Amino acid sequence: MEGSLNAVGYGLAAIGPAIAVGLIFAAYINGVARQPESRGMLQPIAILGFALAEALAILGFVLYFI
Amino acid sequence: MSPHVLAGEAFEAPGTADFWQPLVGNGAWAITRPMVVVALSVVLIGVVMMRLARRMELVPGRAQFAGEGVYDLVRNAVAIDFIGAKKFRPYLPLLLTLFLMVLVNNLAGAIPFIQFPSFSRIGFAIALTLVVFVTYHAIGIRRKGLGGYFAGLMPPGVPALLVPLVYALELLTYFITRPLTLALRLFANMFAGHTVLLVFSLGAEYMLLHGANPLIRVASVGSFAMAIVMTFFEILIQFLQAYIFVLLTAYYIADALADEH
Repeated sequence: MEGSLNAVGYGLAAIGPAIAVGLIFAAYINGVARQPESRGMLQPIAILGFALAEALAILGFVLYFI
Repeated sequence: MSPHVLAGEAFEAPGTADFWQPLVGNGAWAITRPMVVVALSVVLIGVVMMRLARRMELVPGRAQFAGEGVYDLVRNAVAIDFIGAKKFRPYLPLLLTLFLMVLVNNLAGAIPFIQFPSFSRIGFAIALTLVVFVTYHAIGIRRKGLGGYFAGLMPPGVPALLVPLVYALELLTYFITRPLTLALRLFANMFAGHTVLLVFSLGAEYMLLHGANPLIRVASVGSFAMAIVMTFFEILIQFLQAYIFVLLTAYYIADALADEH
């Protein structure tokens, strides 16, 4: 089996979005823990933030193949 | 794992080539496996939803309850939350259709014997994204006029010096970043997820059949187990991606409908 430096590069590039996604959900959990009624309001916001942070990882995924 | 560990023919890692699966013919006009999956999903969604809508009862049965659950999710958690209770109605059919289309096609990746998420071929993801792209621009242009729409892309309160830079960034967001990430997110998630399943199941098959010694053959059980665990994880992601796709669509539509940027 042969490896590719692209995979290493993508692995490194995914660290940033991974931390971002972790922070977003940490904030969401914090918010819900402090005020459980706010769950319905926070959930779409958290998912939206997750999607935007994930976009960076997705762009890196494309560069992996180029 | 190096070929020294596993004697015999070397293990070939699954890659992009595994996703090109023509059933009839070959080349540009081939009928491929994802095309069949998409066609099946359209028939399935159409028949099921029409039958559900035709026989609505005051006390819902099991099927109607499930159908209403999906409708409720898109209507309340996506459309009303993002577009607002006053304006969401015209866009609900589009959102519900997109959600069902993405959901059923993603779940096809986990259904035995079908086992191919159609959106792991980027063409299908691009087609859906084009619909969304045209829709949210059309809504914005119809509401504000062509000039008004392009003027409205500019957020208020930006210093005059920065206006060209910010405006260029806004154009980039609306015309390139948004459609690009919308299509790529769906595609990349389905592609990567399916590749992970391929790695574990093909790896297990290779270890079991071509393993050099009994220990490696026994270890293939772990790989099979991982393939099953990852399949359940994939189902979660497949659902989440369908949700995110409509959520972002609703967000873009709401943005086009908003008066202020």
